[in-house]
Amino acid sequence: MSEIKKETNTDFEVRSLDAMCVNESEKKHAWWHNLKYLFTGILFGIILVKAEIISWYRIQEMFRLQSFHMYGVIGSAVIVGMLSVWIIKRFHIKTIYGEKIEFSKKPFSKGQIIGGLMFGIGWALTGACPGPLFAQIGSGFTVVLVTLFFAILGTWVYGLIREKLPH
Amino acid sequence: MSDWIKEPWPWYVAGPLIGLMVPLLLILGNKSFGISSSLRHICAACLPANIPFFQYHWKKEIWNLIFIFGVFLGAIIATQFLSNHKPLDIHEDLIIELKEYGVQPNDLKNQMPVSIFNWNTLLSIQGFILFALGGFLIGFGTRYAGGCTSGHSIMGLSTLQLPSLIATICFMIGGFISANYLLPLIFKL
Repeated sequence: MSEIKKETNTDFEVRSLDAMCVNESEKKHAWWHNLKYLFTGILFGIILVKAEIISWYRIQEMFRLQSFHMYGVIGSAVIVGMLSVWIIKRFHIKTIYGEKIEFSKKPFSKGQIIGGLMFGIGWALTGACPGPLFAQIGSGFTVVLVTLFFAILGTWVYGLIREKLPH
Repeated sequence: MSDWIKEPWPWYVAGPLIGLMVPLLLILGNKSFGISSSLRHICAACLPANIPFFQYHWKKEIWNLIFIFGVFLGAIIATQFLSNHKPLDIHEDLIIELKEYGVQPNDLKNQMPVSIFNWNTLLSIQGFILFALGGFLIGFGTRYAGGCTSGHSIMGLSTLQLPSLIATICFMIGGFISANYLLPLIFKL
């Protein structure tokens, strides 16, 4: 009962600020259905390492305009992503469970500017955005665990002072 | 094992594959590609501390935590079995600049400069700024912005959202300032 209460209390404006929380599958599945996300994650981790996206050097080159590599990666990923989304919408493609695929709008917030600048600064210092953070650790750079700890702490502090920040 | 798979993948292989993560996750279970939310789920799971932002049913988002665990495993697999560990091909100017910061040429065979990214550096002022402050800014900044490179720059731009374009531009501006102006200052400390 308490869990249901929490859910109804959830601020949907807050949830929609997240990349993740809005269009979720309504269906209940056995735990092993989640293994597909493990394999998708493994694939993503392999790509991040093989294309040197986890490399601190590649991030430094990107921000010094010394290499096209990262621009090529992000640019071509966006083009393929856009085309995929267009195809999904155009042909009303459903999920493997037959559900309608839904897209949510991200509302504008000042956070995209202030938070965006903050994240950019952290990205160049650490050479990692959140995905590569986990991949750098897997790649054997164990000190990045410290970075991960502080990233979790940063998220927590944001949650703590969220009401006081301009949005 | 063929050698080509051990070579680094060019952008035109990696980029489209990353782009395909978007439809893959949507079709597998109506999931929006995005990584930084996992940090929020970890907070909600471990230390919600009555903060409203962390009061939600995080178990519903467990797929995201499984996904990032997969990223961790994938990185182990790629590093252990799919790499030839040849030196990285790095721009000359960057090598010269990094030499001033004490990055040894020997470091270039790893994806990260080991002379910076090691546990001993953590106790230096540089290491603390890079790992602790850098990490904090990633966590705070992505949540404040409502997403990171995956959620905004890839998923958000793929769905043509203006806020995601604004966020992406700000990520880049922050990175430019940080790499070109802050990093040299930090290494002078």
